[in-house]
Amino acid sequence: MASIAADIETPLQAFLRQFRASRMALLGALVLLIAIAAALLAPWIAPQNPYDLAQIDILDARLPPGAVSPEHGTTYLLGTDEQGRDMLSAILYGMRISVFVGLTSTVVALAIGLVLGLLAGYAGGRLDALIMRVADIQLSFPSILIALILLAVLGPGLGKIVLALIAVQWAYYARTARSAAIVERRKEYIEAAVGLGLPPSRIVFRHLLPNCLPPLIVVAALQVASAISLEATLSFLGLGLPVTEPSLGLLIANGFNYLLSGKYWISMFPGAALLVLIVAINLVADQLRDVLNPRLQSL
Amino acid sequence: MNSDLSEQTVLSVEHLQMQFATRGGVLKAVDDVSFSVRRGEILGIVGESGSGKSMTAYSIMRLIDAPGKIVGGRVLLDGQNLLELPEEQMRRVRGKRIAMIFQDPMMTLNPVLRIDTQMIEALRAHQSLGKAQARAMARDALARVGMSAPDERLLAYPHQLSGGMRQRVAIAIALLNRPELIICDEPTTALDVTIQGQILNEMQTLCRESGTALIWITHDLAVVAGLADKVCVMYGGKIVESGAVQQVLEQPRHPYTGGLIASSPSRNRRGQPLRQIAGAMPSLAELPSGCPFRTRCPHATAICATMPPVELQGQHMWRCFHPLQQTTGAMHG
Repeated sequence: MASIAADIETPLQAFLRQFRASRMALLGALVLLIAIAAALLAPWIAPQNPYDLAQIDILDARLPPGAVSPEHGTTYLLGTDEQGRDMLSAILYGMRISVFVGLTSTVVALAIGLVLGLLAGYAGGRLDALIMRVADIQLSFPSILIALILLAVLGPGLGKIVLALIAVQWAYYARTARSAAIVERRKEYIEAAVGLGLPPSRIVFRHLLPNCLPPLIVVAALQVASAISLEATLSFLGLGLPVTEPSLGLLIANGFNYLLSGKYWISMFPGAALLVLIVAINLVADQLRDVLNPRLQSL
Repeated sequence: MNSDLSEQTVLSVEHLQMQFATRGGVLKAVDDVSFSVRRGEILGIVGESGSGKSMTAYSIMRLIDAPGKIVGGRVLLDGQNLLELPEEQMRRVRGKRIAMIFQDPMMTLNPVLRIDTQMIEALRAHQSLGKAQARAMARDALARVGMSAPDERLLAYPHQLSGGMRQRVAIAIALLNRPELIICDEPTTALDVTIQGQILNEMQTLCRESGTALIWITHDLAVVAGLADKVCVMYGGKIVESGAVQQVLEQPRHPYTGGLIASSPSRNRRGQPLRQIAGAMPSLAELPSGCPFRTRCPHATAICATMPPVELQGQHMWRCFHPLQQTTGAMHG
């Protein structure tokens, strides 16, 4: 008898098979991987360390793309900014910050929102009311406003930006997790788990959580993109990171004054990088939504 | 089997009452239900949908969600009233001393966890066991319920198993902690008749061998006839008739039981039209006063508007002012 183990498809394998069905999603995933790899490897692949003032030559300021430095013969593929920074290097380093901020804030906010949402959905009653009213209050303010207020109080800095983005995002996850938990807890396998006398914590985290995850993964994928663009917005407004360590948003802001004088590259290339990053994330997220949507499942 | 042990009462339910408090008023889903099961004994609870049979089971397990509430009676497991236990102690009873097997095998296993994970955690929730030891016990349990290639099934996800196999897994999980009582809520309804027969047979053997008491909830009289020792017939949240299976099925006294038997297909009445019980069971909100069956009962008179008293004849109990004479309805299991 042939082993059935051979044709057992784990849920992960089934997921990957369905994900591969869309070329656009694959393209998005590929671009995203390259962007993340480039961001992670920035210190090794960037021609210049844009944060090291010793490597920056102010005399090379505002050179157009492809220009060669008259001082030391370096080629600036994407031009330089007003301080003589190599734009390619600045973009790579900036993307590093954007990806870091987007991922960290999303993961932490997801964890917080997931736990609170599951508890609210599973326990119900007063705990549910308390958690969800706090989330409602939070969601009734525009997220940019909350982030602005927090950063105004806390001051600028990488950690504080992440904190502000977590504060803005957790409520989305809490809501999604709660609604998923309410649907799942009515199902018989949860009743059966209670009937087996499993401890409540195990029921919530081992049984409820994995079944509530698909909608949260979709929301998280979209939220990474919105966290990155929110960080860029805040940096653009000058509330994000220090000028010496520019993220993509700050780079755009730096070139903004030169747009009308024809020095388009200072704003445009970081903007394009941001655009590509966000479009890639959204392509991946869209396919995730299609694959993980139970209504579109053909099981 | 040791006759002393077989006399031991495992579960005794006394005057159990469970209600739903709704805006439309109080609905008595389980109304003054009493029965008991002994070691190795199989009790069938029969009734239509909405008769309160499942709610009785959920009440025993204390799995009633708001707005449902147990408002009276006692559920004695080896003399200990489960309704008075703190929740944490009740958790230790569930799955350990009383196991439950649910109706739909497609739904009772967690779709994202492998079979071994689900079996091992059920064991380790109640016993301090190593992973390897628990896995070996899980494997044995699967083999005991007649699963072929148990080692490979352990690694499967629920959706990779057929309905019958999943129900076997659910039964194996129920057997894991060697409970004193297993409550089965229509566990074979969703299965093919051949698989149903096998599972009934195996459950019967397993209970007889291990002395586990079994409560089998079903709407199918034929299942009860072949499986159970005792039967309770429920209607409108009340037990209308109970007793030894043979006695109740061959000499039903309550018109509802008689109607159920007459409406079951049987080889002896081939070619004759099946008799039906007129009408449908009223919802709990519309139950008449007195005997719940009186609105559909051909024998009902004015007196039926008051609750009929319990009539006892040995072990045979019924609640009816106009019991059937002992010649009607015969069913040979």
